[in-house]
Amino acid sequence: MAYQPKHTERMYVMMGIVILVAITFLGRLFYIQVIDESYRLSADNNVLRYQVEFPARGLIYDRNGELLVFNEAAYDLMVTPRQAINIDTAEMCQILGMSREVFIQKLDEARAYSSRKPTVFQKQISGVTYAKLQEKLYRMSGFFVQKRTLRKYPQPIAGHLLGYVGEANQSILEHNSYYKKGDYVGISGLEKSYEEELRGKKGVRVIMVDVFNREKGRYKEGKYDTVAVAGKTVTSTLDAELQAYGERLMKNKTGAIVAIEPATGEILALISAPTYDPNLLVGRVRSQNYSILLKDTLKPLFNRALMSEQNPPGSTFKVLNALIGQQVGVLNVNTQYRCPRGYVSGRFRMGCHDHRSPLNLRESIQHSCNAYYGNVFRNIIDHTGKPWEGYEIWRNHVLSFGLGIKFNTDLPMEYAGSVPTTKFYDKYYGEHRWKSLTIISMAIGQGELGTTPLQLANMTAAIANRGYYYPPHLVKAIDGEAISNRFTEKQMTTINREYFDPVVDGMAMVFQQGGTGYRSRLDSLEMCGKTGTAQNPHGEDHSIFICFAPKDNPQIALAVFVENGGGGSKYGAPIASLMVEKYLRDTISRVEFEKVILDADLITNPPKKKETH
Amino acid sequence: MRRQESIFAGIDWVTVILYLILVLIGWVNIYAAVYNEEHQSILDTSQRYGKQLIWIGLSLFVAFIIMIIDGKFYSTFAIPIYVVLLLVLVVVLVTARDVSGARSWIDIGSFKLQPSEFAKSTTALALAYYLSTLNIRMEDLSTKLVAAIILIIPAALILLQNDTGSALVFGSFALVMYREGLSGNFLLFGLAMAVIFIFSLLFTPLIMLYILGTIGVLVFFFQRKKTWRLAFSIGAALIVLMGMVYSVDYVFNEVLEPHQQVRIDVLLGKKDDLKGAGYNVNQSKIAIGSGGFAGKGFLKGTQTKYDFVPEQTTDFIFCTVGEEWGFLGAFLVIALFSALILRIVFVSERQKSSFARIYGYCVASVLLFHFIINVGMTIGLMPVIGIPLPFFSYGGSSLLGFTILLFIFVKLDGYRLQQLR
Repeated sequence: MAYQPKHTERMYVMMGIVILVAITFLGRLFYIQVIDESYRLSADNNVLRYQVEFPARGLIYDRNGELLVFNEAAYDLMVTPRQAINIDTAEMCQILGMSREVFIQKLDEARAYSSRKPTVFQKQISGVTYAKLQEKLYRMSGFFVQKRTLRKYPQPIAGHLLGYVGEANQSILEHNSYYKKGDYVGISGLEKSYEEELRGKKGVRVIMVDVFNREKGRYKEGKYDTVAVAGKTVTSTLDAELQAYGERLMKNKTGAIVAIEPATGEILALISAPTYDPNLLVGRVRSQNYSILLKDTLKPLFNRALMSEQNPPGSTFKVLNALIGQQVGVLNVNTQYRCPRGYVSGRFRMGCHDHRSPLNLRESIQHSCNAYYGNVFRNIIDHTGKPWEGYEIWRNHVLSFGLGIKFNTDLPMEYAGSVPTTKFYDKYYGEHRWKSLTIISMAIGQGELGTTPLQLANMTAAIANRGYYYPPHLVKAIDGEAISNRFTEKQMTTINREYFDPVVDGMAMVFQQGGTGYRSRLDSLEMCGKTGTAQNPHGEDHSIFICFAPKDNPQIALAVFVENGGGGSKYGAPIASLMVEKYLRDTISRVEFEKVILDADLITNPPKKKETH
Repeated sequence: MRRQESIFAGIDWVTVILYLILVLIGWVNIYAAVYNEEHQSILDTSQRYGKQLIWIGLSLFVAFIIMIIDGKFYSTFAIPIYVVLLLVLVVVLVTARDVSGARSWIDIGSFKLQPSEFAKSTTALALAYYLSTLNIRMEDLSTKLVAAIILIIPAALILLQNDTGSALVFGSFALVMYREGLSGNFLLFGLAMAVIFIFSLLFTPLIMLYILGTIGVLVFFFQRKKTWRLAFSIGAALIVLMGMVYSVDYVFNEVLEPHQQVRIDVLLGKKDDLKGAGYNVNQSKIAIGSGGFAGKGFLKGTQTKYDFVPEQTTDFIFCTVGEEWGFLGAFLVIALFSALILRIVFVSERQKSSFARIYGYCVASVLLFHFIINVGMTIGLMPVIGIPLPFFSYGGSSLLGFTILLFIFVKLDGYRLQQLR
């Protein structure tokens, strides 16, 4: 009765199908499990949540331990759009004080970024709102409050230097993986230069969640968790009191003051006027205030102390020519030149003011004689017989004082200024078709020279030190430990020690009877200074003064630059002398003298153009 | 009187051991999928692995019963058993409550059974009985019609219960009929239909007309004899096929439920609906894909443990295998299933009785169909059709149904040797 099977060979078709299916499945499995990595990432995205712990940002103190920057708690309302369902929108809107449309729009924006990751829904909500929200939050699934910190400034000073903190922008996010959207980062000033020290280290807790986003425990028993590390404390070189005083003196004026401790290169005060209260650039009001400051015609955001580079140093530059002249051997302490109320060479004449004649080296500084330096400068340039060679030697001496270069320390946005090269003149006049007389205006610090107030202050510090300087910088110590890097490396000038003495004597004589700074003298203190006037084709000249004190063992070197302030003796010298008195004597003895400066308003009453010195 | 040990005397231990290994691995993965710290006892019957353990015991008991029943019983009572189950299906249809859209459950005390799971065995018995009758030739039209009716009645009843997946399983018996002499053209035709079905969904009828027309012209020019007759035949075929294309369009838009349309669209890549219908498949692929080569380890699968994969103990149980045991584990399971099916085909071919052989092919075809659809769906090769993975998926009816299906065959194979003695 056995049935004779007719299609036995068809068993192979059946078996073939089974094997084909098995091979297809294994190939597919091999692809998604072994070759394609994306599923592993998706799985982590499903399960892992990274809870970030934000460290407190480091504090900033001044050199005397006075607090300059601290943190204040703020609350960001965060949302995870995926979980934000069944929300009582009306109640939420009422608490937050926003319309339903805005609420929905914000939620959509958050969703557009990521529906799974928490995004800032409302930045820095007020304490009152936070208190109201806290009671309701447990019913608002997907919403939570994240504690953040805002920078606060106990004194409204040094806005340019301290800088500000803001949300990391797209370019930072792309270039530095440390930052995530919504993170804060130092945007300018010390906040930017010392960002890595100040920010500390974010901590992270990796937790696992189930499909309903319920916490299910720590991932691998916290193996990948890290603790937040608070930012380091930064001790600035600034003297808050001096900084505040300088800002007061510069009120209603435009310009800059830079004060340096010559022995270290530490910046004691750096004022750019007009300035602004750093508290304006914090939190929700920042962008609004920022655009107001940006539109201000007086450019308060522009740091004149570091960035005002077009102005020539004026007569303050004569001290440098006096030093170089001695170094190249065309000048000594007894050299005398006559001054027929100006420097005359053939039909050329460079005017000077009325003073006795002839003068020696010391007196030439005291009286700021143009004729004297016309002679000195020409001798320097022509001492080899080839002006371009002489010029190159002269230029290298100038550069050794830090002019025409950037210091590249921790200062925000510093400009290099300019000391032209021989190439520049070759191009302008034709190769070697220029001589010392062509560029004579540089003898008295005019012409193509451009210096920033910072560079002038540093030059003064180098003179105060009689031959060297330390790159000017803003930070002394981090977490109590003194910095030790290239800021603390001595930079030698190319001038021998002994040539400084007559120049310094001359600078001291500036404050004596007949000197250009006599009016600003301090009886109790021997100061050294030099007036300068930067010719300004657009209006009244800029008033410049460099100064250090005491003459022996100097504690402070500074440069003052007052836009449209006229001659150096008019505003520069008084302000410099008040700064010195403030720093070294702590109290101001010359009340009337101080009042004149404090009350001067060069912005609403710009002075008329007058004679220059 | 036969001696007691003769029950196991002719048993095919390879099949039985493969079965036991699959059931064991299946249970381990159910345990892993629902594991949580609060319920660690494997006998905890409030948890699915505890319940499944009871079902495994019950299945082994039923297997034992099948083995002690006389081998002649199954062929003798094939038709009555078939009819009784059809009646049960009708009763279910009339009385059952809706359970998530399907009306396929019947309550027996506190147990719930799904008769459709048993319809596969009874239909296999009936088909085997009919096709093994003397003087029945697969080539006859009447044979094809009767066989089709045997399959269509239970399939239709199950379809009416809204359990599309289980109804589709009956299509797998086409393989059995092919083995018994059905022309291969039927299978090819079915395959062509499937291809045209898919293409019709991907392209508009106009593009389909271009594609089919181009093929027709090519066929015409590559034939040696370019007769009017040939051209006419090709033209006729084109018209028929275009009719099909339009009917597919019609069926897809008018007959299929929206959720079924979306599932097919997702599979074809026309829609990338990761939150809706595509969610299951996407999460399933993530779970399996994240397992890597060696897997995350027993109880370490985060995707399945934290419920990212839906239906993870039933239709998507393969995800736990893929995630916790990796490619190696998946390889083992696929190898075991393939081995079992190949073993059944092999054993079927050694049968002297055509009833046993045909029944064996029915078992192999049903298992193969479930295997292809279930595993294929978890790795995104097949549309989401909710049918269980045999011996693996949680569920008493399914485990019991497959155990009965398989052990009747084991019994028939053993009976062959008993007859020889």
